[in-house]
Amino acid sequence: MTELLQYLQNLLGVAWLPIWTVVKILVIVVPIMLTVAYLTLAERKVIGYMQVRIGPNRVGYFGLLQPLADGLKLLLKEIIIPSGSNKFLFIIAPILALTPALAAWAVIPFADGLVLANVNAGLLYILAMTSLGVYGIIIAGWASNSKYAFIGSLRSAAQIVSYEIPMGFALVCVLMVSQSMNLGDIVLGQKSSVGLFGWYFIPLFPMFVVYFISGVAETNRAPFDMAEGESEIVAGFHVEYSGMAFALFFLAEYANMIMIAILTAIMFLGGWLPPFDIAPFNLLPGIFWLLAKTSFILFLFLWFRATFPRYRYDQLMRLGWKVFIPLTLVWVVVLGAWMQTPYWLW
Amino acid sequence: MAEIKNYTMNFGPQHPSAHGVLRLVLELDGEVIERADPHIGLLHRGTEKLAEHKTYLQSLPYMDRLDYVSMMCNEHAYVMAIEKMLAIEVPVRAQYIRVMFDEITRVMNHLLWLGAHALDIGAMTVFLYAFREREDLMDVYEAVSGARLHAAYYRPGGVYRDLPDSMPLYQASKIHNAKAVKKMNENREGSLLDFMEDFTTRFPICVDEYETLLTDNRIWKQRTVGIGVVTPERALALGFSGPMLRGSGIVWDLRKKQPYEVYDRIDFDIPVGVEGDCYDRYLVRVEEMRQSNRIIKQCISWLRQNPGPVIVNNFKVAPPKRESMKQNMEELIHHFKLFTEGMHVPSGEAYAAVEHPKGEFGIYVISDGANKPYRLKIRAPGFAHIAALDEMVRGHMIADVVAIIGTQDIVFGEVDR
Repeated sequence: MTELLQYLQNLLGVAWLPIWTVVKILVIVVPIMLTVAYLTLAERKVIGYMQVRIGPNRVGYFGLLQPLADGLKLLLKEIIIPSGSNKFLFIIAPILALTPALAAWAVIPFADGLVLANVNAGLLYILAMTSLGVYGIIIAGWASNSKYAFIGSLRSAAQIVSYEIPMGFALVCVLMVSQSMNLGDIVLGQKSSVGLFGWYFIPLFPMFVVYFISGVAETNRAPFDMAEGESEIVAGFHVEYSGMAFALFFLAEYANMIMIAILTAIMFLGGWLPPFDIAPFNLLPGIFWLLAKTSFILFLFLWFRATFPRYRYDQLMRLGWKVFIPLTLVWVVVLGAWMQTPYWLW
Repeated sequence: MAEIKNYTMNFGPQHPSAHGVLRLVLELDGEVIERADPHIGLLHRGTEKLAEHKTYLQSLPYMDRLDYVSMMCNEHAYVMAIEKMLAIEVPVRAQYIRVMFDEITRVMNHLLWLGAHALDIGAMTVFLYAFREREDLMDVYEAVSGARLHAAYYRPGGVYRDLPDSMPLYQASKIHNAKAVKKMNENREGSLLDFMEDFTTRFPICVDEYETLLTDNRIWKQRTVGIGVVTPERALALGFSGPMLRGSGIVWDLRKKQPYEVYDRIDFDIPVGVEGDCYDRYLVRVEEMRQSNRIIKQCISWLRQNPGPVIVNNFKVAPPKRESMKQNMEELIHHFKLFTEGMHVPSGEAYAAVEHPKGEFGIYVISDGANKPYRLKIRAPGFAHIAALDEMVRGHMIADVVAIIGTQDIVFGEVDR
């Protein structure tokens, strides 16, 4: 294997680095896309069983080919561009939504050292990328020239901006505890002899909850799906989109969901670390644990959707500004003080 | 200073929570509603005019199609109006059957309302839970009348036929094998009354299930408490009836205030709200389902012990028995006359109202002695409720409009008729 790589490197010369990087990107992006596809199936199945029905089961065994059929359908559908819309922005908006959602994956460590870009400011990069996604939504809502879409994008903009703040503070707490912005180092900082008791969700429990709820809000998922608000503003910002343009928004939403789930796993649940560093647990590869934790959090996303009614727009804002932001602000100070005392064990 | 214009938005008629074909023109200030203008008439089918050209019996199925989620209650008001004019006494067994089916219909209606209301507010699981039980009641409809929705089961003078001794059974298919079907048919082996008795024992647990998801849910409370408040005075002035009126704290129920059929022999309570908001109306309707369950139980035990005729023995109104019609000249003539010319109702006028799941549903008939009504007027509860929509949503947000449409339990079949 090493010899083969060496051979290719010599063969390609200066072209080697870009090509090798593209290969690595594909190795990350293709599985993400597949995961997104099958997450939609999982969602329909899980919610189906929660709702005493069985979900898709016609296309392939247990509906396993359903995501492919859906993808094919969307691919073949016409993209209708409303006559009153701004065509350029209308087309560019879904691209703007999906690109940051995928770009953020560059700094995610899947196991010790298994990361595309091991940058030291990983946490900042993630924050920047997840915040950029809102542009796609705002532009989509504006460019559609539709009232429902416009209201949806306004809601979404306000929502994402509000929830960035508590999310940022929660990350500041993680930063304080781990003393690093490199996601790999954050995971390694949670390694201890006591297994899962060393993970950050224990000292940072309120932040863990705030981060997760903000994450649900940030991805516009139920019960915070105001931007889509099916029963109020029909489909919100993507009401005018069809075919592949709609699919890109869809992919972005689910890629963001997986992103939030994996980040929660990395920052609070010990990333690829096994719950206990003893025989049966540490025999499994790290990536298994990372994916297991991510899947658990994704399951929570789906569970929420099946259970909760939707918040109203102003109630959502109240939760963000009057509960989460003060809570996180106080917790940053409390944590700072706590870390100076001998009772800090992490 | 820049000119600030209100944002006008068209809500429906093709909107996921327009409950059919409601078209609302909303004037918005940001997300806050300044004015809501309901436009109706998109489902107008001219039921009242059609009835003037049909015999009394031919108009009956049109009544199912008014409020198409509480079919038999509509029929009930219609047949009661005709019976009033004909001055005929309905057999007691038929009265009990009617009361039982009115309450089954009420549960069906409230299940649909609960599911749709919760779905509008974003809790989608309740919808499917509610429909699971509604399915059983539809099967009861099917067993008794052959149709799952538009039953056409009530007749002037009684009901079409007695309760059947068997329930429709599931058949084995590619999806459910024989073993699974056997399990699904477990409670369907006996008569309709056996099936309903089984239903009444498990239904309260199902209602508890819906309540677990909603009643104490903080988000649900945030979305419904204090939304669409109607004071008792306004509720009366606006012509509200049914749960909308009771939600505002007014004790008014036709089943108690002007008992018809056998409601005076049955023991039940009517729930009343306090605040007059969406949450109170939600609680009132959920409790009504439990009370309906009680009524159904009492009807079942009476019906088990008291067999008898289910339609009057008056061949001018109800057809004779099939066998006697085949053997007897007199009955043959009656049968022929009844199904061609129809019954003649003495001239005069009558108003009959029932406590419909949505409120007071009334039928006002004027007859000139012919075989069809001279004029038929339908008093639909939903019409008065939707007229108050503007008043109820003013100052609320877009998301609350949806909650308020849900709480009004509007069905356009009866509003537009």
